[in-house]
Amino acid sequence: MGLATLLVLADGRLPSGGHAHSGGLEAQVSAGRVRDLDTVAEFLRGKLATSALVAAAFAAAACERPGRSPELDAGFDCRTPSPALRKASRAQGRALLRAARAMWALPPVGREPHQPVALGVVAAAAGLAPVQAAVAAAHGTVSGAASAAVRLLGLDPYTVHALLARLAPECDRIAATAAARAGDPVDDLPAAGAPLLDVGAELHATWEVRLFAS
Amino acid sequence: MRARSRVVAEPDGHGGTRLPVLHSESPLLLRRTGPTTVHVVGGGAGPLRGDDLRLEIEVGSGATLEIRSVAAQLALPGRAHLPQSRLEINATVAAGGTLRWLPEPLIAAAGCDHLSVTRVDVADGGSLLWRDDLVCGRHGEDPGDFRADTTIRYAGSTVYRHELSVGSRAPGWSGAAVLSGGRAVGTVIAVPATLLPPPTSGPGDFAIMPLAGPGALATAVGTDIRPVRAALDPLTEPALIHS
Repeated sequence: MGLATLLVLADGRLPSGGHAHSGGLEAQVSAGRVRDLDTVAEFLRGKLATSALVAAAFAAAACERPGRSPELDAGFDCRTPSPALRKASRAQGRALLRAARAMWALPPVGREPHQPVALGVVAAAAGLAPVQAAVAAAHGTVSGAASAAVRLLGLDPYTVHALLARLAPECDRIAATAAARAGDPVDDLPAAGAPLLDVGAELHATWEVRLFAS
Repeated sequence: MRARSRVVAEPDGHGGTRLPVLHSESPLLLRRTGPTTVHVVGGGAGPLRGDDLRLEIEVGSGATLEIRSVAAQLALPGRAHLPQSRLEINATVAAGGTLRWLPEPLIAAAGCDHLSVTRVDVADGGSLLWRDDLVCGRHGEDPGDFRADTTIRYAGSTVYRHELSVGSRAPGWSGAAVLSGGRAVGTVIAVPATLLPPPTSGPGDFAIMPLAGPGALATAVGTDIRPVRAALDPLTEPALIHS
């Protein structure tokens, strides 16, 4: 099972650069759409059903068969129309590999794979199962944006963590769905998109001053 | 209703396009309306629950085909015991062929349960402009369940893979990550990317994005269809804008 290993990999204190990214939240805070706990909750629910599901599926698939990572990386590319989001995902993939190389013996994987693909390969090297890679991906997707919400909106950290606790069963469901499809052909893996995350990332990338990289 | 409609375009040998196959089954009626233009004419209400509609499009080397529709598609509930309605579009574009898919919007009315599956395969050297606009509900109503599942392939590789779900089965669809209460969204996929203007973002919720592979995507989100049209029409109707 490697539960403690999973906690090490999913820990927000893992030095993999995740804290520099808001998961698209900063753009929507600036647009005035995310203002309070309720709008953060709806943002996170939408993110879970779309980008977190896709990330979980690609992490699970890469964990099940790390040798498939080049093909999965291309599949993630064509699910990520925003060049700003592709860049952010690859930067986080590279940072995760850098941290993970000091922790486990990794098989060969590209220099800068997409973050979910890197996460799956790392999870496999750590002896974790695809569903565990998927839950780390889903949890990481929402917890990063939730901590950005505390910083950007000055929300009460207790209420934001209460929200994460309420979303935890949904993270588990998404991870189970993702893991069940881990062996599917790449074109058949989930492709749920979120138009405002794409457009928001492109607008955000043009700002001269911003708190988060994406 | 069950429909299998099909159109094949090929060069006529004199610089124009001929349609050796133009087969229509109700409610997917195809009518030739210009030298390179075919309109889809709705031959009935819907799509309604239980409908199983399929459209096959084949554009040969050197041929040009533009497909439009005379009116918006209105996805409606139909009888509750029937399976979800489904529209499947399969298109192929050969090297040197051009396909422009520019229909009116799909309106997902309250209570609908509709799936739209699009698969387009463009050969190396073919060109494609593919537009889809969605309006979430008629005026003042929440939409039913709708999912669009789109795959665009170019020269044998997938370049765009996207699903969009709205309605009660899509958690957070009206939150700030997906459409933020936006009632309308439109996309234009172009292969090659030069069929769209260079990458840009804004004004409003609009961006033109280069895909990782060949091609580009324009996306616009709006509180209703008007800002979506204002952003996307100039990309797909250049002749209209310049005249």
